[in-house]
Amino acid sequence: MIRITVIRKNRYFDSVFLMQVARRIAGQPGVNDASALLATDANKKVLTELGYGQGGQDADFAAAGPNDLVLALEGEEAAIRTVAADPEAWLRRSTAASAATEAPRDPRSIREAVEARPDSNVAVISVPGEYAAREARAALDQGLNVFLFSSNVSVEDELSLKRAARDRGLVVMGPDCGTAFLCGAGIGFANAVRRGPIGIVGSSGTGMQEFSCLVHAAGSGISHAIGTGSRDLSDAIGGISTLTAIDALETDPGTSVIAILSKPPGESATRKLMQRLARCDKPVVLCLFGAAAMPAETGNLLTASVIDDAVEMALQKTGLGGSVMPRPSREALRAQAAAEVARMRPAQRHVRGLFAGGTFCYQSQAIFRRAGLVVYSNSPIHGMKELADPRASLESSFVDMGAEIFVEGRPHPMIDASLRRKRLAEEGQDPSVALVLLDFILGAISSRDPVGDLVPAIHAVRESARRRGDHVTVVGSVCGTDADAQGLEAQMGALADAGVLVFPSNAQAAAFCREAALLLAARKEVR
Amino acid sequence: MAEPLKDLLRGKPVFVNVGVREFGDTLHAAGYEVVHVDWSPPAGGNAEMAALLDDLL
Repeated sequence: MIRITVIRKNRYFDSVFLMQVARRIAGQPGVNDASALLATDANKKVLTELGYGQGGQDADFAAAGPNDLVLALEGEEAAIRTVAADPEAWLRRSTAASAATEAPRDPRSIREAVEARPDSNVAVISVPGEYAAREARAALDQGLNVFLFSSNVSVEDELSLKRAARDRGLVVMGPDCGTAFLCGAGIGFANAVRRGPIGIVGSSGTGMQEFSCLVHAAGSGISHAIGTGSRDLSDAIGGISTLTAIDALETDPGTSVIAILSKPPGESATRKLMQRLARCDKPVVLCLFGAAAMPAETGNLLTASVIDDAVEMALQKTGLGGSVMPRPSREALRAQAAAEVARMRPAQRHVRGLFAGGTFCYQSQAIFRRAGLVVYSNSPIHGMKELADPRASLESSFVDMGAEIFVEGRPHPMIDASLRRKRLAEEGQDPSVALVLLDFILGAISSRDPVGDLVPAIHAVRESARRRGDHVTVVGSVCGTDADAQGLEAQMGALADAGVLVFPSNAQAAAFCREAALLLAARKEVR
Repeated sequence: MAEPLKDLLRGKPVFVNVGVREFGDTLHAAGYEVVHVDWSPPAGGNAEMAALLDDLL
């Protein structure tokens, strides 16, 4: 068996395409493992930990930088040498993958694209962060609204882009914008939801997804969902995109209720937002995850801190009703949790949450905090402890696996489960773990089988616990709809088959874990 | 003042996709018009050089 790296200098491919290349190579007989990544420092570190780039023969690997492509290959020598002899053969796109265009040659710039389609009105930008502001500026110059998926854009660039957009009646959705839903078109990590009377403005991508899916499940729908980027309601940015989006939804005849989903805004941004909402003609539901204090409600403004509550309020305000999902009482959750905790050994004390969705990491902390429970997190809300090394859990930890440290130069965990799978296996080795909390996010861009990607690791966690004489409870929720390609029911069924306790929302799954954590803490005190 | 965002919400989006190809392909498969930009890092991946060129052009 050999393990080698092949470097292609100055070759850019998007990270999703590279993941597909790696999967095709890994499917070859005799190949045990294959990665295709841009040689960022973070990716080189991961590959080095996997044993690549060791020894003197890999000087090219050591010298490779973020504009270079690295193929990391492990397997039988003959098979690996065959792949390495002609790497370009693996880097050609199939013609089917180019279905988005019929032109003989794709335009090379946004300006050329707009010349080809003068009626273009939205740019979807997902280039590496260091180039993202440049492309967004080019899009605004061409009169396009901007959906900016890229992260790692400076606050200064964000502010200047958003000011330029505001001057032109345009919106910048992002940076770090996971999803939007415009006139029925789901952009980025969007789910297949029906159209309806509720408009969304949101700084949190997975929050918008979960909200949309729960609205859909209740029989209602979404008019538009306008993402703003995670920092929009910071005082530095002042909510420029949020305010633009509220203006647009207020005049949109298809929107009768506006839901705003965000982390707690900055102080001056809150003032601006509340002033604007005070003169909004339409009912507003303001959902602030992890907020310590809520703005006062008025006749036209309702507030929530949990997505499920916000969904219920928005449905009420549409006046159309809708069957909201059943929500178990706290007593029922506690009884269910007690049955699990009774099977755990005294050394099992901790909850580990591994989230693909950043909002779920945030919301779960808020649900724990309200019960006086403290956890570590790489994305801590007020009152929680900072996880200094996001790669290693401490006590009870909630980890946002979509944080920049985990996604630099590689696809998001909603698309590529490999880092979360590896992390889950690691958590399974820790005898202090009592519960594992997971989220699964469906949608057109997400993995074809988010649950299937993790099922082997879930089995491994439960099996290694069983060998120690422990009982680890795995808890999960699936964000998606019956119309998503992966199928909500099928994914929930596969989770249940793997022995996971499945809840219809992240808030419910986190509330279950909260009850179990309270019981575990009480048990410790009694001893 | 021009109101291109409000016009967009009343009309039909036409997309320009720059970066991850799947984003454009997914919209195209759902029946939307998409122009894909064949993007690569400007100035051979030198962001500083790209910014200088932008200033010149």
